[in-house]
Amino acid sequence: MKKDIILAGVGGQGILTIATIIGDAAAAAGVNLKQAEVHGMSQRGGDVQSNLRLSNDVIYSDLIKQGSADMIISMEPMEALRYLPYLNDEGVVVTSSNVFKNIPNYPDGQALMGELEALSRVSMLPIEDLAKQNSMPKSANVVLLGMAAKYIEILSPEQLRESIKRVFASKGESVVEMNCQAFDLGLNSVK
Amino acid sequence: MISKRLLLGDEAIALGAVHAGISGVYAYPGTPSTEITEFIQAHAPEVRSRWCTNEKAAMEAALGMSYAGKRAIVCMKHVGMNVAADAFVNSGITGVNGGLVVLAADDPSMHSSQNEQDSRFYGKFAMIPILEPSSQQEAYDMMPYAFSLSEELKLPVLMRVVTRLAHSRAGVEVTTPLPQNALNPDNERTHWVLLPGNARRQYASLVAKQPQLQLSAEHSPYNRQHSTEGAKLGVVACGIAYNYVMENEPTKRGISVLKVSQYPLPEQAIKALAAECDALLVAEDGQPMAEEQIKAMLGADYAVKGRLTGDLPRMGELTPDNVGAALGVEQTQNFTAAENVVPRPPALCQGCGHRDVYDALNKVAAEYADARIFGDIGCYTLGALPPFRAIDSCVDMGASITMAKGAADAGVHPAIAVIGDSTFTHSGMTGLLDAINDKSNITVIISDNLTTAMTGGQDSAGTNKFEAICQGLGVEPEHLHVVVPLPKNMEEITRIIREEIEYNGVSVIIPRRECIQTLNRKLRQKRAQK
Repeated sequence: MKKDIILAGVGGQGILTIATIIGDAAAAAGVNLKQAEVHGMSQRGGDVQSNLRLSNDVIYSDLIKQGSADMIISMEPMEALRYLPYLNDEGVVVTSSNVFKNIPNYPDGQALMGELEALSRVSMLPIEDLAKQNSMPKSANVVLLGMAAKYIEILSPEQLRESIKRVFASKGESVVEMNCQAFDLGLNSVK
Repeated sequence: MISKRLLLGDEAIALGAVHAGISGVYAYPGTPSTEITEFIQAHAPEVRSRWCTNEKAAMEAALGMSYAGKRAIVCMKHVGMNVAADAFVNSGITGVNGGLVVLAADDPSMHSSQNEQDSRFYGKFAMIPILEPSSQQEAYDMMPYAFSLSEELKLPVLMRVVTRLAHSRAGVEVTTPLPQNALNPDNERTHWVLLPGNARRQYASLVAKQPQLQLSAEHSPYNRQHSTEGAKLGVVACGIAYNYVMENEPTKRGISVLKVSQYPLPEQAIKALAAECDALLVAEDGQPMAEEQIKAMLGADYAVKGRLTGDLPRMGELTPDNVGAALGVEQTQNFTAAENVVPRPPALCQGCGHRDVYDALNKVAAEYADARIFGDIGCYTLGALPPFRAIDSCVDMGASITMAKGAADAGVHPAIAVIGDSTFTHSGMTGLLDAINDKSNITVIISDNLTTAMTGGQDSAGTNKFEAICQGLGVEPEHLHVVVPLPKNMEEITRIIREEIEYNGVSVIIPRRECIQTLNRKLRQKRAQK
């Protein structure tokens, strides 16, 4: 089994934390992983993406081929659309519907949502709003991971939850607890 | 003892170097090499690891440690090699005592750089061995190998990686660490005093070692062939390109592959592959260095394909897609590019002091028809983009001051330089001295955010020393100002800039306010400790 995932968002939204959690879970489960990240200039409020590849076999390329990603997980709707050419024909898009407008020419919101909703396999929620309503504004990214969890398949939601505990352990029990709640919130919001 | 860890390519290099028994890492931050030194700083207190002011200083200090018999690594981004080049090339002439590895992290596609120069040319130029790992595991494994090779050949070894390896994570099996070397300075002065008489002998010895370098590459455990029976096409896959080739299942397609991760190019192996096949494709990230050499090796009649022939793109990084296309793999695309997507370029952070500096500069510059603002390398280069569109140039570390000087010499007025604190100590100070000695009519803004911000907030060498440095170089005290870049101080800042533009000579204005990113990080750490 293999899962090729593109993680997308805007610098500072926490997609590398999502990658860290999935990576930790993969390492614990003995699943092979390659994960290309973006560092440096691109992080200053620009678009950020990470290619995350999980497989039970050898993984050669750090980058995902066009037309072969199984999932796009995005913190921002326009950023989800940016990587469509990488998605395979059965690919799933899991994205936040909360837009992040830090550019003057951001596309029309309705047209953008229309294009996303036209996809056959898309799961979309206003995760930042959800995280705020549930008093966990800093864990929006983990809510998103929860939403994506049941599609990741090669790792179970339980394995991901265990990894959340390890990744946030150094930040104290309350942070761990909040992120576990955020994860479950996302997980339970997807049928 | 073997254990498996999830590591960035940079971290695998760092841990490999620590386990190879280095006593020091010398580096100036630069994407994509920064995390190597950061990892050593965080995990290996027994290794000397403080940041250096620039790559030349780093290279020389590492050579000094090697002279003393201990193992050292120097790390930099590709353009840092230009800064270190004098010391680097001459380290091939002196040779080494303790093992010395120079790590150059190239940035094909220029994700965070102003060019995509290929550091392998520097290795060839200096006539030393080059290693180019294809994976994180290989990067780790190659470190002890590189240090042994360096000590065996008595030469520095260049390891070249690219962004996609440096900044990609994978599982790495790690082994038992080696101890550090004992102090054992080289007493042979003729190796190290490069007076022409000695230098000629040393150069002759370097030339004489070349067959040994060649032999080492031919037998390298990192260069190996995957033959496919009856293959028409052979691929020479250099460094990370090997992964993109393998991703496209060459064996299934009847293609033979020669993986190259150690240079000089293994000529015998390449000629053997060429003899088995009708044509060769050279897949290499960066510039077509191997392709040019292989063309020369095989003669005009043999078909060598690659970046020069257009089978692979002439510029930009390799991907599994463009390598697949060169191998004749059909591209799959299920979804065309979305309509409602626009570029989202990076920008200066909200609350960043550089923003206030550019607001002030733009206000004053608008009052002069011919104002020119010469920028430099760092976050503040983003001042070139909207909404500021404030700078007229950005070329290399330190060039703001010296280009402003040259332009002022030619008659441009006002000629304003904008340089960051870390870039100023890296390469700005010498140019400022020139300007002072020439009494050039320039206004220099040292935008001091107390850190090396662009690369993630490393210590900046000149923190708390800038007024003293400027005065020591000869800036007149009445033309040296420190301001706090905040909107409430805009009137004072613009007034000072105006006055100093009107002064015919060198003025320095230091807007000083901590980087918003490092400030927030410190506040978060404080909260976490409570």
